[in-house]
Amino acid sequence: MDIKFKGGIILIVLIAALYYAFPTYRAYQPGVDPQTVEDKVNLGLDLQGGMYLDIEIKAEEAVKEIIRRTAVELEDLLIDEQVDFVEVRQTAGSLIVEMEAGKKVNLELPPYDRFLVQFDQQPEGELTYLSLKADEANRIRESAVSQALEVLRNRIDSLGISEPSLQKQGANNIVIQLPGLKDRDRAIELIGPQAVLQFQIVNSNATPNTYNRLTEVVKYQEVWDKTTNKLISKRPYVLEKKILMTGEFIRDARVRIDSRDNSPYVALSFDSIGADLFAKITRRNVGRNMAIVLDDKVQSAPVIREAITGGEASISGQFTVEEADTLKIVLRSGSLPAPIEIREERTVGASLGEDSVEQGLNSLMIGSVLVLIFMIFYYRLAGVFAAVALIFNVILIISILGAFGATLTLPGMAGIVLTIGMAVDANVLIFQRIREELKRTENPRAAIQEGFGKAFRTILDANITTLFAALALLQFGTGPIKGFAVTLSIGIIASMFTAIVVTRFFFDIVYLRKTKLHKLSI
Amino acid sequence: MQFLNFKEGQFIDFLSFKRLAAVFSAILILGGVASIVAHQGLKYGIDFRGGTNVQIQFSTAPDLDQLRQFFAEKGMKNVILQTFGDAADKEILLGLPTGSPLGTGEQLTSELRKILLPQHPKLEIRRIETIGPKVGDELKISAVQAILIALGLVLLYITIRFQWRQGVSAIVALVHDVLVVIGMFSILDKEFSLTVVAALLTVVGYSLNDTIVVFDRIRENQGKYRKKSFEETINLSITETLSRTLITSGTTLLVVLALFLLGGEIIHDFAFALLVGVLIGTYSSIYVASPVAVFLTKLAPPAGTAPATT
Repeated sequence: MDIKFKGGIILIVLIAALYYAFPTYRAYQPGVDPQTVEDKVNLGLDLQGGMYLDIEIKAEEAVKEIIRRTAVELEDLLIDEQVDFVEVRQTAGSLIVEMEAGKKVNLELPPYDRFLVQFDQQPEGELTYLSLKADEANRIRESAVSQALEVLRNRIDSLGISEPSLQKQGANNIVIQLPGLKDRDRAIELIGPQAVLQFQIVNSNATPNTYNRLTEVVKYQEVWDKTTNKLISKRPYVLEKKILMTGEFIRDARVRIDSRDNSPYVALSFDSIGADLFAKITRRNVGRNMAIVLDDKVQSAPVIREAITGGEASISGQFTVEEADTLKIVLRSGSLPAPIEIREERTVGASLGEDSVEQGLNSLMIGSVLVLIFMIFYYRLAGVFAAVALIFNVILIISILGAFGATLTLPGMAGIVLTIGMAVDANVLIFQRIREELKRTENPRAAIQEGFGKAFRTILDANITTLFAALALLQFGTGPIKGFAVTLSIGIIASMFTAIVVTRFFFDIVYLRKTKLHKLSI
Repeated sequence: MQFLNFKEGQFIDFLSFKRLAAVFSAILILGGVASIVAHQGLKYGIDFRGGTNVQIQFSTAPDLDQLRQFFAEKGMKNVILQTFGDAADKEILLGLPTGSPLGTGEQLTSELRKILLPQHPKLEIRRIETIGPKVGDELKISAVQAILIALGLVLLYITIRFQWRQGVSAIVALVHDVLVVIGMFSILDKEFSLTVVAALLTVVGYSLNDTIVVFDRIRENQGKYRKKSFEETINLSITETLSRTLITSGTTLLVVLALFLLGGEIIHDFAFALLVGVLIGTYSSIYVASPVAVFLTKLAPPAGTAPATT
């Protein structure tokens, strides 16, 4: 290859590397806010502090919930239509409608065909089996996850984090990253609850031992000791199964303070449909107690004194101001279509992140300097070539990470440190070969050419196999390990370029251009 | 400057120590296996077993026994307490099992503060990691998969570039290295975590690097010295590549030592696995991969060559 051509390529790569590495250099200068700089290497949550959450949406619960709601609706409809049926039973994924002997109803005809979801109908004597259409369950699960994403985004916005990230991962998972998060507990409190609000009428005549299991259900009100955070008691309520209204009509929620005892409560206002519905419900049930149920726990069960027409309701409980504030936010953001489970949490404080950056940089500096000193000491001028190639290598890694907007984690930094130790291997292989050739031949020019030529295949084989190991690590998806695999892979590729092309170029311009070449410094 | 300066064709008889090496390797591996059996399995980190780790920094040196008693009084059993890093850091790592009343709590940090503040008014909760049991199982599977994928790719590549004998020998050496590092973790009662798996795979890559350099030279020398026996060729090839092997191990050890000593407690075990791995990987490319290649060549000589025993 023509030496000018080679030099040109190296110059272009060097300029490109410096161009892409510069934003990273600028972003982490003292007094600069990294967020104002584009195309830099981002610091992982373990280096800048923050929270990583992997959440699973229990989407199957959303399917169950839809079936449950359909059962209630269908029962209502059958009663309204005065059809003689025995009961509507729920099983996993299907409903069974049992008619009285000899009676029949075609559930495919109006008004039964206007359910939220599509069923396959299969009549067998008195029983009619309704099972969810195959793609219907999938549709429900998918929409549950995308809806959850939306709701969680709303809730997280209230945390005031400048660059939160929410990403769907796999079928039912959402990965949330909150850089710079200060209050870990508050984030979990906001993200965790499903926040399903339900209004149900209390049957004051029944007790938990004597109630109609077909039409009624027992739910509990929990009483907590605020200082020790222990559950003191659970008060049971017998509630009518029918859910009169849910939180979906909430237009706004606010924290108010009760002037009588200075306790905070959450005031709700409904939209116009909700206000009408609420007026209708309260008018019908004047004199009875209505339980306000949040995530299956009774919050309060006040008596309905008169029809409430203003579209306002309030949830009181033994809230602290902070709890009331959390409730306000989750009610405003809407309920999650299914419960969630935190699969994985990694939270790192900002000070620990700073320490890690410092320790990472220290080991990078000390490790590099030691390797550079050794190379120069052992290989003299050739060692200097290798040292320059090594520095080029580090710039190249940073620029590639920056160009892709990649994230640098603590193991990622370790990957760079390790690459430095291993990157000189290519140079060592070449230099040792040249030394061997020098023993064999009087001609240093031939030794250089032979050395590079023979070492090339070994370098290729050795590096490709190391790359395999790094690629195997990439399957760990997100997280710190991926960061390590990425920097290691980039480092290996970059080191091959710097050793084979850059070092060779130095040999070319320093030695091979000379007309008389007697001795190599290697 | 030069060391290990050999004349052309001159070599050290490495393979004469192969029995000693086999005994050494066997002791290392069997010792590790015995330790794993004695400990009833590896001591998995939370990545694999699930649970919660909390790293807490105190303003004064914490008394672990006192803290343990303290947690017990609050009704919290199965709490694992250990110092984290240097004593000067005044840090502890608090381990909670899956389903612990504290670990599942949305109020984990405020609860911990409530419990500890009366005695340690200045404390900082620096890190919380919770891994659900499902994720732990998934990560275990991914870890095994990653190692198998790496070994499979390596076997395939070496078999294509060299011969199946070399491929198998390289794999034997890699499995050897992985077992030794895992065994070392068990013997020293260190936690086996996800980052250790990452280190293991790096060791696989590194050790392989060494092995291939030797194999490459063997192939080259086989073409060059047709009259030499296979064992002689191997000895010569190892000798010729010895400086390179030691120099690369040396530079890699330099940076790994820098990580081990300066990189901080979080990657301490990771660096330790690399440290052991680089040493054992260098040894295995000389004393495991090559003797196995000799053995396999005797067992199943390549077509067209006379069996070595006749």
